[in-house]
Amino acid sequence: MIPVGFAYERPSSVDGALALLAEHGEEASVMAGGHSLLPVMKLRLAAPELIIDISKLSELSYVKVDGDEVAIGAGTRHSTVERSDVLAAESPLLAGVARTVGDPQVRHRGTIGGSLAHADPASDLPAAVLALGGTVVLRSPRGTRSVPITEFFTGVFSTAKEPDELLVEIRVPRTGGAGWAYEKFTRRANDWAIVGVAVVDGRVGLVNMGQTPLRATATEEALAGGASIADAAALADQGTEPPEDLAGTKEYRRHLARVLTRRALTTAAGG
Amino acid sequence: MTVKVEITVNGESTSADVEPRLLLAHYLRDQLGLKDTNVGCDTTSCGACTVLLDGESIKSCTVLAVQADQQSVTTMEGLSTDSDNLHPVPAAFRAEHGLQCGFCTPGMVMAAVSLLEENPKPTEKQVREGLEGNLCRCTGYHNIVRAVLAASGQDPDKAEGSEPDMVAPGFSTGSGA
Amino acid sequence: MSIMGTRVRRVEDPVFLTRGATYTDDLTDERLSGALHLTFVRSPMAHARITGVDTTAAREAPGVVAVITADEMDLEPTKHFPAVPDAMARPWLAKDTVRFVGEPVAAVLTEHAYQGEDAAELVEVDYDPLPAVTTLKQALADETLLFPEAGTNLAVAFGGEDEFSDDLFADCEVVVTQEIVNQRVAAAPLETRGAAAAWGEDGRVTLFASTQNAQQTKGEVAGWLGVDPGLVHVITPDVGGGFGAKIGADPEFALVAWLARHVGRPVRWNESRSENMTGMLQGRAQLQTITIGGNRDGKVLAYRLDVLADAGAYPRIGVALPTFTRMMAGGVYDIPKVETRARVLVTNTTSTGAYRGAGRPEATAAIERAIDLFAAEIGKDVAEVRKLNVPPPDAFPYTNKGGAQYDSGEYAKAIDTVLEAAGYQGLRAEQKARRERGEVLQLGIGLSCFVEITAGGMTAEDATVEVHPDGTVTVLTGTSPHGQGHATAWAMLASEKLGIPVEKITVKHGDTDLIPKGIGTMGSRSLQTGGVAVYQAAGELADLAKQRAADLLEANVDDLEVADGAVRVAGTGTSITLAELAEKDQLRIESHWDGQMPSFPFGAHLAVVELDIESGKAVVDRILTIDDAGTILNPLLAEGQRHGGIAQGIAQALLEEVVYDADGNPLTATFADYGIPSAAELPSFTLLTMETPTHLNPIGAKGIGEAGTIGATPAVQSAVCDAVAHLGIRHIDMPATPLRVWTAINAAQNGSDA
Repeated sequence: MIPVGFAYERPSSVDGALALLAEHGEEASVMAGGHSLLPVMKLRLAAPELIIDISKLSELSYVKVDGDEVAIGAGTRHSTVERSDVLAAESPLLAGVARTVGDPQVRHRGTIGGSLAHADPASDLPAAVLALGGTVVLRSPRGTRSVPITEFFTGVFSTAKEPDELLVEIRVPRTGGAGWAYEKFTRRANDWAIVGVAVVDGRVGLVNMGQTPLRATATEEALAGGASIADAAALADQGTEPPEDLAGTKEYRRHLARVLTRRALTTAAGG
Repeated sequence: MTVKVEITVNGESTSADVEPRLLLAHYLRDQLGLKDTNVGCDTTSCGACTVLLDGESIKSCTVLAVQADQQSVTTMEGLSTDSDNLHPVPAAFRAEHGLQCGFCTPGMVMAAVSLLEENPKPTEKQVREGLEGNLCRCTGYHNIVRAVLAASGQDPDKAEGSEPDMVAPGFSTGSGA
Repeated sequence: MSIMGTRVRRVEDPVFLTRGATYTDDLTDERLSGALHLTFVRSPMAHARITGVDTTAAREAPGVVAVITADEMDLEPTKHFPAVPDAMARPWLAKDTVRFVGEPVAAVLTEHAYQGEDAAELVEVDYDPLPAVTTLKQALADETLLFPEAGTNLAVAFGGEDEFSDDLFADCEVVVTQEIVNQRVAAAPLETRGAAAAWGEDGRVTLFASTQNAQQTKGEVAGWLGVDPGLVHVITPDVGGGFGAKIGADPEFALVAWLARHVGRPVRWNESRSENMTGMLQGRAQLQTITIGGNRDGKVLAYRLDVLADAGAYPRIGVALPTFTRMMAGGVYDIPKVETRARVLVTNTTSTGAYRGAGRPEATAAIERAIDLFAAEIGKDVAEVRKLNVPPPDAFPYTNKGGAQYDSGEYAKAIDTVLEAAGYQGLRAEQKARRERGEVLQLGIGLSCFVEITAGGMTAEDATVEVHPDGTVTVLTGTSPHGQGHATAWAMLASEKLGIPVEKITVKHGDTDLIPKGIGTMGSRSLQTGGVAVYQAAGELADLAKQRAADLLEANVDDLEVADGAVRVAGTGTSITLAELAEKDQLRIESHWDGQMPSFPFGAHLAVVELDIESGKAVVDRILTIDDAGTILNPLLAEGQRHGGIAQGIAQALLEEVVYDADGNPLTATFADYGIPSAAELPSFTLLTMETPTHLNPIGAKGIGEAGTIGATPAVQSAVCDAVAHLGIRHIDMPATPLRVWTAINAAQNGSDA
């Protein structure tokens, strides 16, 4: 299967991309690695009139320490995130979660910015950034703004990003040696998570438990209040509205969220 | 509209005016006639179309030809000088009987080449997880895994993880431990 | 030294590993130059009336040469299996009614492939939905009929109600009954279906097609087109897997040929995976009710298997497969009384056909589940009960209650071999310890024992062997490899008789002009039919060479031997090469082999799963198998067949299922949704050796292609059930997905019925 035809631009800079976005707005789609967008275009579930290809913009590919945070260029590929020495030292959860995305071929192409902008609630990295309490940096000809990750995801495949904005950077706190874990539950290694749980520094991000990636706030509050891991994990599905499909009923996903949260918290605590 | 692309394929410069929507897999197959790259699914699942792009494995059904402009692609055909002088990875596939119908083979071989580039001495578990993006319906992977271990210079009968260790495969879990 | 039984590396591979094999879509044959690309418009509805088709916009789309609907076609609807009601004929393109998602409604021909998808989207079809029949029980109720003129959804019945006696279980101390699902699965060869056709000025059509048997394809396509078979030339290029689903021709092949004639240009078609997952024949799809009875000492006295089988929307070869299920119902067991019945029904789903095992895995899964349930009921070990009920070696040839005559077998030995290799008692101890410790990862041990029928119904094949003056050899065979390695194995058989190295022997297949007779590769038949035919032909060729050499060498035929590609006078240096003989006169033999009877490979599989009690996820940790297929010609190839079969068995047990929603929409029509395992979901396999030769052919070989699947599926399912047996769970249907296993555990722990 092949996509519907489209026009194609490959700007040589972020500014060039922003100018194209400003001109074409909602008719255009930005493509970096293309591993979220191209599959849906091939199934003809999406048919943008213009593709703005930012896959070769090296200015969007970096991982660097910036004050209390690690800044990751939106065009940084999963395989780079996975193997980044900076992230291994400063935010190992992100590297660990990137290692579980798709398969090696997907990780060689897909980008962290693309994954976040696509906002698939079954995707791994959005929940990881959510657990980290990161921010995303959006640029448009109107300027640059930072949006806390907690305000970024607005629904299934939808975000606070305006049509003329480009996601240019992801910033996550330097968690250093804080315990972390990612429990990804799948049928097959290469499948989307039926449920995933990312834990770092007492914060819990949930994959595929609602319209957006979610924080298990009840669990986090219980932990902060001194509850045991088991007791806190039992609250992990509170406030979630998990989807129902062949891989899992709502009830099953709620159960998995509790079990996986307990396991992730235990691992993160060194257990 | 068409866009001009210049892609180095198996060491040779190629160029064509292509539709932007042309998938790299079809550029290789239909523009260049390199039929070793197969397309087995629509969903970036099977990996039959795996080639190297600037040395890293990618699925050429999920990359536009225009995105590979000014880059270098290697397909299985580019690995060996001829059928009497097989590159070590395809040679190991033959020695271990790691192929049957052959359809997944070009992609599987290229995924293995990339895997070994990144991890020259993988364990059995690492090979299995490293090939998670490539489906084979014939071999049950048993001999493919052996071939990759053998290509890494290890004895497939003795490589780490070759003995059952009562640790269930199939869990992809990151952890700080 | 004999080449038989050695690990000869495949002669196919050097090409396969450089420029790659040449599949139908790879062809650059000049007969196909200028070919149009065929794209089908397929029904998105499972059951609906077609109220209008508008092709106007599509006809005007770039590159479109023709858009064809049922109105433009002159081929009558055709039954694809003889014994079903006439009303169940399938139209080539749907006219008034569509009966499954994926049914072709229109054909779009374009200059380029990409244009086809664009244009197909522009064909507007109006549908008036009808209620969909998606389950066998719905079909049986006959409330909604797929073919109202037939008056029933029953395509065919094997065995009537009256075959079931009231007192079958009267003598039994214990009777257990269970409804079990042998779910629908997709064969999913990595190469999808493809065909290409070009008509010549001589009025003949050359049809290139991805199939397991060119000759059957030729006959079917000629029949469907209504042309003399002599006008159809089928060529099978390399085939990227079949697993039964590529037996014979698909209706689309005839459409490709018909369209090529209609527009006067070559036409080629290569389907997408999404198309394949609704268009290609699917397998299994049985709902079985098993009842088993016996005594508390472990002796099974009676068994009943009642099958509902799903034909899909238009009955095809799948209709016939329950006959194998019935024939093999009793499995390896010597059960005094066995009763079976099968009813095959149409539903608004993809048609069913053969899939690796084709009727026998369904029989094996049922009886193996039955034995497990019986053993659980009487509190005996599953291995002990099995061994108690198998016939001893001296009972062979053994005729089972389905009328099949098992040629040779040593079932108890197969069971003992896997038990010993697995360290069965140790595994049981480990399982007990984990249960006592209440561990999250529980151990499950599953044992299966199987016998299957290979070369069933089709025991003959032809072969031609010719030595050329340059010393090379050509072998022509009617079998049709699609991964099995016939080019290597058949070369070994010829080499054995002629002493010419395999590198000099070319095996040709799949060209109906070159090889008019052939049955093909299916049902694990090839080696014991086509292979033996080659062996026989090569032997006859050696005899012919000796006769001719006798004059030339002035020797007695009895003093001659064929070795190293030459005829020698034994004990002397006098010889003449086969090439020299061929120089003088054509050295060629055509031979016909018929083994008369099918053979019955058997084996035992033991699977060990680890099952996460909290999540329900089961993973196969080890699997040890005996797959006794008689004498092994090439262990490398035979092991490959076993590996692939085992993987597909594990896949059916744990992962794969074709699922439809209540409206008949397929929910698993991509590889993202359909659960084919990758290397990461599977362990390495432990293959144990046992070779009990058959007397039915001179090389002692039985079939090996399907054994792994037949044995592994029930072993793994049983292991999953065993892992949770201590929770009071007796049965979990396949695939034992995490959700399904957890649901069973949850129900057991909450005291309700799963």
